[in-house]
Amino acid sequence: MKKSKGMKKLGLYVVLTIGALISLFPFYWAAIGATNESGKMFAKPPVLIPGTQLIENITNLNEAIGIGRVMFNSLFIAIVYTVLSLLICTMAAYAFAKFEFKGRDIIFGIFLLSMMVPYHATIIPLFKMMAAWGWLNTYQAVILPNLAYPFAIFLMRQNMLAFPNALIEAARIDGAGELKIFFKIVLPSMRPALAATAIFLFMYQWNSFLWPLIALSSKDMYTFPVALSSLFGLSRIDYGQVMAGVTLATVPIIVFFLVLQRQFISGMLGSAVK
Amino acid sequence: MKTKKYVPYLFIAPAVILFAVFMLYPILYSFVLSFQTNQGGQFTFVGLDNYLRLFEDEIFIKALKNTFILLIIQVPIMLFLALFIATLLNSALLKMRGFFRVTYFLPAVTSLVAYSIIFSIMLMNDGVINHFLTAIGIDSIPWLSHPIWAKVSLIIAMTWRWVGYNMVIFLAGLQNIPEEIYEAASIDGASKIRQFFSITIPQLKPVILFTFVLSTIGTLQLFDEPYTLTKGGPSDETLTIGMYLYQTGFRYFDFGYASTIAYVIVILIAILTYFQFKVTGDRE
Repeated sequence: MKKSKGMKKLGLYVVLTIGALISLFPFYWAAIGATNESGKMFAKPPVLIPGTQLIENITNLNEAIGIGRVMFNSLFIAIVYTVLSLLICTMAAYAFAKFEFKGRDIIFGIFLLSMMVPYHATIIPLFKMMAAWGWLNTYQAVILPNLAYPFAIFLMRQNMLAFPNALIEAARIDGAGELKIFFKIVLPSMRPALAATAIFLFMYQWNSFLWPLIALSSKDMYTFPVALSSLFGLSRIDYGQVMAGVTLATVPIIVFFLVLQRQFISGMLGSAVK
Repeated sequence: MKTKKYVPYLFIAPAVILFAVFMLYPILYSFVLSFQTNQGGQFTFVGLDNYLRLFEDEIFIKALKNTFILLIIQVPIMLFLALFIATLLNSALLKMRGFFRVTYFLPAVTSLVAYSIIFSIMLMNDGVINHFLTAIGIDSIPWLSHPIWAKVSLIIAMTWRWVGYNMVIFLAGLQNIPEEIYEAASIDGASKIRQFFSITIPQLKPVILFTFVLSTIGTLQLFDEPYTLTKGGPSDETLTIGMYLYQTGFRYFDFGYASTIAYVIVILIAILTYFQFKVTGDRE
């Protein structure tokens, strides 16, 4: 041994701590920006302590984008999407995992294959469809397109494969209806997988940008990413206001993440919860 | 006991219908559109004209080049760093593994637009990063206004956002490598670095391939970051194919040509994924 264990340990902690600081600094910087006036972000030497402008920045932000409305849009779209998609995908996953039927493998194969197709290949036709139906700038335009999310179906199917067939058979013999078996017997044992998949779907929709940017055209319909992007695209940018917006859009997700770390990580990586 | 034949079809029906209408049909329709032009207001078939136009379209070629530069440089740097940090976090000497894991993963939960805005502000000429650099005696860097530095800015920001995400994937993979292999190597006198290259990397091959494919698909579709962080500039030096598709479709409303660009992305992803599987020799 060339180096002592203590030295190695110290080196390990130093490297990891520097990495952690780099990881955290942009968040800290956004919070600093949110509490200071616009110019402070470019002051030399940099202002590294919170200021007193938070309320003013938030008031300005509210005038510019309507925080309540944007927050509602984002939450409404993400929650409705998550609930519907979870139900639809889990039902399909259940059939793929636990039933034998004609065409099963082909249909499932098509779902899997479509994961390789970038959704860019769908946006032009989607835009034309939504325009033809008069659905541009509506909630359904954002919610509908990815409800049948192939990856969520895949994820739930993997988790359901291990569910004992004997339990389903026994319930059938007892005369339980198919829906009852699905909701009362299969789903309750799938809670960890459902939580992870729900988080995956929620994060996907909450962070989604390109499609909402195309589909939504008026300020009162904007989701957070679209509203922030519109603010940041102005010719005169109020940086304090923008940073207040970034902070407001980020803090709830971080809190959510810190509370549900394990489910969050499995959900975002799309792995089964162990 | 037999169930009624139609039961599974009822369970998959909502997913299949939604998928057919909002995914399958658009994918096929987009393919048809890629052979059409609507420049005169009407959609007319032009055969391969759109595809031929790509070869003469300097902006497209630039966007393609930019996307590949990002792909070739950013993805390996990010994955190497992720693997490096995962190895450190997996060390038996470490006590606060949970804390570091969460800290490194945190960037992955922020929205792409939000972090791009933060980085854009930090990287401005009189932004905080340049102030730090001058404080330690390095000249200010024109991050967002220089053709090369603008790409570097994107690479830095994207690496920050995605290292932790990939690190957690690697960490799960590392925990599946039996401790005995490392012990045997240590007894044979193999250094830690040697062990990293001749045990860790080969053992994690399937996981590394998986993250490579994932990152390749992500980079080829890249849109949010260049749109927000550099706005494609300066003079299209950070324009990506994904961004050019958006501009063509929704700034110039040239739907036919935009669909052609979309199909270029589809084809590139298919080819690159195929080769990544080929090169690493995994057929699963």
